[in-house]
Amino acid sequence: MNNLLIPNPKEAESIHIIREVAAQFERPVLLFSGGKDSITLVRLAQKAFYPARIPFPLLHVDTGHNFPETIAFRDKLVEELGLELIVRNVQDSIDQGKVREERGRYSSRNSLQTTTLLDAIEEFKFDACIGGARRDEEKARAKERVFSVRDDFGQWDEKNQRPELFDMLNGKIHVGQNVRCFPISNWTELDVWEYIKTENIEIPSIYFAHEREVFLRDGMIWTANEHVFREDHEEVLVKMVRFRTVGDMTCTAAVFSEAVSLEDVVGEIRDSSISERGARIDDKRSEAAMEKRKKVGYF
Amino acid sequence: MSENRKLIKIATAGSVDDGKSTLIGRLLYDTKSLTTDKIEAIERSSKQRGYDYLDFSLATDGLVAEREQGITIDVAHIYFNTDKTNFIVADTPGHVEYTRNMVTGASTSQVAIILIDARKGVIEQTYRHFFIANLLRISHVVVAINKMDLVDYDEEVYLKIKADFDVLVAKSDFTEDQINFIPVSALKGENIARQSEEMPWYVGNTLLHHLEVLEPADLQESSVARFPVQYVIRPKTEAWHDFRGFSGMLYGGNLKVGDEVTLLPSMNTSTIKSIHYFDQEIQEAAPGSSIAITLDTEVDLSRGDMLVKSSSVPRSEKQLTATICQVNSKPLKVGGKYILQHGVNRVLAKVDQIESRIHTDFTGTETADQLKLNDIGRVHFRLSKPIHFDTYKENKANGSFILIEEGEYDTVSVGFIE
Ligand SMILES: Nc1nc2c(ncn2[C@@H]2O[C@H](COP(=O)(O)OP(=O)(O)OP(=O)(O)O)[C@@H](O)[C@H]2O)c(=O)[nH]1
Ligand SMILES: [Mg+2]
Repeated sequence: MNNLLIPNPKEAESIHIIREVAAQFERPVLLFSGGKDSITLVRLAQKAFYPARIPFPLLHVDTGHNFPETIAFRDKLVEELGLELIVRNVQDSIDQGKVREERGRYSSRNSLQTTTLLDAIEEFKFDACIGGARRDEEKARAKERVFSVRDDFGQWDEKNQRPELFDMLNGKIHVGQNVRCFPISNWTELDVWEYIKTENIEIPSIYFAHEREVFLRDGMIWTANEHVFREDHEEVLVKMVRFRTVGDMTCTAAVFSEAVSLEDVVGEIRDSSISERGARIDDKRSEAAMEKRKKVGYF
Repeated sequence: MSENRKLIKIATAGSVDDGKSTLIGRLLYDTKSLTTDKIEAIERSSKQRGYDYLDFSLATDGLVAEREQGITIDVAHIYFNTDKTNFIVADTPGHVEYTRNMVTGASTSQVAIILIDARKGVIEQTYRHFFIANLLRISHVVVAINKMDLVDYDEEVYLKIKADFDVLVAKSDFTEDQINFIPVSALKGENIARQSEEMPWYVGNTLLHHLEVLEPADLQESSVARFPVQYVIRPKTEAWHDFRGFSGMLYGGNLKVGDEVTLLPSMNTSTIKSIHYFDQEIQEAAPGSSIAITLDTEVDLSRGDMLVKSSSVPRSEKQLTATICQVNSKPLKVGGKYILQHGVNRVLAKVDQIESRIHTDFTGTETADQLKLNDIGRVHFRLSKPIHFDTYKENKANGSFILIEEGEYDTVSVGFIE
């Protein structure tokens, strides 16, 4: 038996937030992308309710352009932990004519996810969506509350946020409103990696260095395959790369890396001079890309 | 998770344009916490605006509206670390209209950096933010006298402002050793991470060094154990058939297996049978732990109730007096009804009397029939059910609450129990 528990303050805060979500809302859901942040969330949720099961389902909004390794990992995790998984597909939203597929050089399904997500929220009447966003990721995220209230259209009113005092969370809302809850708001990318290492959490293989067919554009490394638009002159190369963030293939750039273990990865992040979002093609679209997406209901 | 590094939470404060965001941007830059892509973005934006210097405030002013106007509207949370310390910084707005966001940012901080523009000296917003730091009982205040480059790094200017500020300190609850003065230029990086050669007359630490040597032990409060029940864990599986764990965060002091505890509101007593942290059973937990507790006896205990050591039971009352800070444009009025959230517990509350509005320049009080946005006042409440509280002075978590208004469910006030 362990003698005295000295808490890891960030972990303890996250568990506190996750328990608040379970207690304050009727139909919470955990938005699961298969990336390291949502995997960390799952571990924290396990800790929050152990020995009981996690009392809410996972929702994956699948763009259809995910890395197959991520999907395989997702299914294995859900199976092993006995979790409930809901999958909703961007392809269906396209087929129903609700959104139009982008074309050309920078086409991506990333922003189409919003419609599929909002439809799923309505379908299941979810009143709280737990997300793995961190404030260190991006300058608009740095401004967001832990409980972020969205209106019927999923919109974020950035100039009118509820003050959040001490650790008291106000999740009271009217029917039709929805709260996005961010338990790891105060974690940095390094915190997440160090946590994955200490806790020995399994993550998809694409986070480690591997050989991949890629091509270079705008100083970034893009995955070469049928989902990613590539011009004829953009030459396919085979390189040792890994991903620092895992999203849709069309908006996630790789980095050159030799890091094959968690130890290597943590070391690499510690010394890195490029931010995680520097590898997000979707953020490069404009200086205010994230804020604009959030305003229309993005995660 | 960086277990060997200490964690210090800081908030900036001070009037509009005193240079808070610039200072934080500078700290990030000088500690090499800004990645090259972020520095490039700042260089691009600064150039676009026609500046011949790097506008470091762009590192934290992340909203479009903020960048357009060159002001901070809402708190930005910024993270950086040095070899010894992890820092969480809440960069708060200086504009009077957004004082509520300053209160929000400062509420979780142990240290406040109050900036003063050397050309302007101590002004109304300086009083107000220092008053709020005092109200929040922030452990340590650094007064950064900024823009020294614009007053020829003149020691006289620094000394005059320090003397003016010392008058405020004398009227506050702070002791002198809780306050430090540092002359800086955020823009030029003087005395931020680098000792300034322009101000040889200043022999103290740089801001960064000063923050690093603060001991978090001195910054954390310790009082008696309070365990508000957040969520009852009932697995109802074969292996854990009879398990009933009361989960929550522990505040103020340790709890251990075998402790005699009193349950509120029932006033029943019991003994702690086990303490769980995930799949581990532990003997004792320190404050700040998120744990689950089981008891020796079958008891009635649910969310919002509280478990405490029988040797130190808090007050349980249906009436209370608190200092209120109004954080919403809807005013607080006598007779008004609110949802009062005390930690994770909610009851209904009615405003019995507004005793006074408090001048935030430490000059006393006046009578008032309502508290408007950013007003601070002393208020008496009547509650639908008793809550189990300490004074804010004794225990921050168990001595504070928020008021939620019943229309939009906005958080309209924060209260500090007396
Ligand atoms: N000369 C000089 N200018 C400074 C210094 N620090 C900040 N400034 C300038 O003062 C202006 C305001 O700086 P900000 O950092 O945005 O001020 P702030 O306190 O964050 O303002 P709010 O957040 O809106 O309250 C900018 O133009 C800065 O470049 C300094 O040390 N010297
Ligand atoms: Mg600012």
